Amino acid sequence: MDSKEALEQEALSVSSSPHLRTHVKTPRLMFDVVIALLPATATAFYFFGMQVGAILASAILGALVTEGLLNRLRGKSCTLWDGSALVTGLLIALILPLKVPLWLPFVGSFFAIAVGKALFGGLGMNLFNPALVGRAFLTASFPIYLTVYSWPERAGAWMGESFDAVSTATPLELLRFEGVQTPYFEMFIGRIGGSIGEVSALALLIGAAYLFVRGVIDWRIPLSYIGTVMILAFVLGQDPLFHLLAGGLILGAFFMASDYVTSPITRKGRLIFGLGCGLLTIMIRSFGGFPEGVAYSILLMNAAVPLIERYTIPRPFGAEVKRSA
Amino acid sequence: MPSKTFRGGVDTPHFKEMSASSPISELPAPEKVTIPLTQHIGAPCEVKVEKGDQVDLGQIIADTDAFVSAPIHASVSGTVEAVTTTRLADGRIVPAVVIASDGEDRWHESVAPKGELRNLDADAIRSIMREAGLVGMGGAAFPTHVKYTPPPGVDLHTIIINGCECEPFLTCDHRVMLEFADEIVFGLEAMMKVAGAKRGLIGIEENKPDAIEALRQAVGDRPYDVIPLKVKYPEGAEKQLISALTGQEVPSGGLPLDLGIVVNNVATAVALANAIKTGQPLIDRVVTVSGDRVGRPGNLRVRIGTSMEDVFDACGGLTEAPERIVIGGPMMGQAVFDISIPITKGCSGVLALSAEIAPVVEEKPCIRCGRCVEVCPSFLMPLYIADYPHEASLEYYPLDCIECGSCSYICPADQRLLERIRLAKVEAEARQRSDDA
Ligand code: SF4
Ligand code: SF4
Repeated sequence: MDSKEALEQEALSVSSSPHLRTHVKTPRLMFDVVIALLPATATAFYFFGMQVGAILASAILGALVTEGLLNRLRGKSCTLWDGSALVTGLLIALILPLKVPLWLPFVGSFFAIAVGKALFGGLGMNLFNPALVGRAFLTASFPIYLTVYSWPERAGAWMGESFDAVSTATPLELLRFEGVQTPYFEMFIGRIGGSIGEVSALALLIGAAYLFVRGVIDWRIPLSYIGTVMILAFVLGQDPLFHLLAGGLILGAFFMASDYVTSPITRKGRLIFGLGCGLLTIMIRSFGGFPEGVAYSILLMNAAVPLIERYTIPRPFGAEVKRSA
Repeated sequence: MPSKTFRGGVDTPHFKEMSASSPISELPAPEKVTIPLTQHIGAPCEVKVEKGDQVDLGQIIADTDAFVSAPIHASVSGTVEAVTTTRLADGRIVPAVVIASDGEDRWHESVAPKGELRNLDADAIRSIMREAGLVGMGGAAFPTHVKYTPPPGVDLHTIIINGCECEPFLTCDHRVMLEFADEIVFGLEAMMKVAGAKRGLIGIEENKPDAIEALRQAVGDRPYDVIPLKVKYPEGAEKQLISALTGQEVPSGGLPLDLGIVVNNVATAVALANAIKTGQPLIDRVVTVSGDRVGRPGNLRVRIGTSMEDVFDACGGLTEAPERIVIGGPMMGQAVFDISIPITKGCSGVLALSAEIAPVVEEKPCIRCGRCVEVCPSFLMPLYIADYPHEASLEYYPLDCIECGSCSYICPADQRLLERIRLAKVEAEARQRSDDA
């Protein structure tokens, strides 16, 4: 048909350029994070049994219900589509030990979403990683449930059989309090004590590789974080590989420190942020009162993000002198 | 070795296959052309004809004594029907001359070959550039002769011919490179001569190997380099192209001239070659007509002043009502609501796009993913500037934004970053002026 005729049918949009938009939207990024956490979730089932399903359900339900309810209350349109609440719920579940009462993940997620996120103004406005806020709240309020880790001894035996996990310590605790060194291979595949989603370095690294391949996260934060921890461990005469594999470093570095909202958006800022996380982690692990320091390190660095960003504004193209903030 | 490029930028879909293989075809003079008297950056021209005048093809119909300007020529022979106004793609209403074609395409007596290039000196070529109404045909439409009149003390040592064509959909430069490679090299030779330059570079994105080959052949053993560049948007943006080819950054707020460099589009080089060889001024240009709502996408040689409507209808009209009609490329071009808008010298494409390709998006909350920062080829903090009208937004160098749109393109939350950055730029410019005053 001639062009005049065609145009009589419908009004043209005249919004300003660019007229093309990427197909990679927020939900796609969030669901990629969920997919990247699937190997760790699967190993959690494998090592710890069906109870993992109940923890997951409780945490995810808690996150989604809280997000949905708060949307309602605040008269906002539904934000469940963006997948961010799902990620928070899933992460909360994965950083809990096996033997928690089933109301606890729900409460943790509620706190994460309500206080960690909504109180700041919702997605994109929060200063602290919501999942870590939830975890910190639970640790402070119900410490006894969060310090008892289970030993995935009956790995793979849960189908049809009774599964009773034996309480044990994490490799970091074993080393710190009993001087026992856990074998690398056990740590690498995840046959160790710990939170249900953090034990298997292998599974987490597969997920991390997926995030890189899909271009979801920048290498700067996880690599500077892990690099700093390993180098400082070496400098302090400790075992870098042990620091990498024991505890929550891999989960924290790839899935929580690199959380978009709560990390710097500048290239240089990301390196500094990772460096700071690493420094704090090794300090807490070596000199602090707790055996593990990943969660608190990230939370502390979250608070420094606005400052880091301000001092790492890039030099505009063609600006000769480096301008300071 | 990884291919040369700049830092930042985005990989967009290309959509070039729709029109890349169709040779340039000639759209005959339409019955009527509406020629705007402002087609370039700089001073508008004053009209030199009156209603009822007979004009010949290539006759000057508007000109000015202002230096930063270029004359405008009749693109058909016929009768001046009206001296009126028209709308441009950017929404401005400007004076225009409407000419009814007599269909004869009778050249004006002033149109005559300018002789051998070796007999022309720099001043002669510079005045040919001006007389022929040459402006940058890549979009910005800056008068060409001005680029070749550097302030005293500036040594123009490098001429760059821009054959990147990094905008999706557009293939007119690609076709020009395939079909007019010799003219491009001739044009470059003339430019080298005006500038007294030592180095001639031709930058082409790697997705056009046939064009790279064609230009290498045309260059032959002359000392010009044809350099393949990485396929990435905005590779063809002037400052990014210079950075890719030479590793140098044009100073913030400055011009390529500050580095002794001039960049010209391939179509401008061809226009200069024509102006010298045949004396023909800039009365037409090659335009890509494309988009998923166009009947027969292709590349058309179109007289300046032809309406978009005539151009679409020459390409099989529209298959369905489009969501958007765009003049230029989809990344930097302008969406228009009126297809009576005429084709101007800087217009490289007319596109009719569906909502699938050019969706109307709804802003979602920024998730601080940092993608806009990663892709900004000017190394800015787009989301900070887009915080406008917050006062702090103006501190993040809005005037260094080249409006490439990479930030808005990549934003997973569909933030309308560039839209707000433009507002910040207007404000920052106003303040700069009042500071200067
Ligand atoms: S790309 Fe969009 S979502 Fe990401 S930081 Fe920039 S404005 Fe925010
Ligand atoms: S801020 Fe300007 S220069 Fe940077 S990506 Fe956005 S439009 Fe391009």
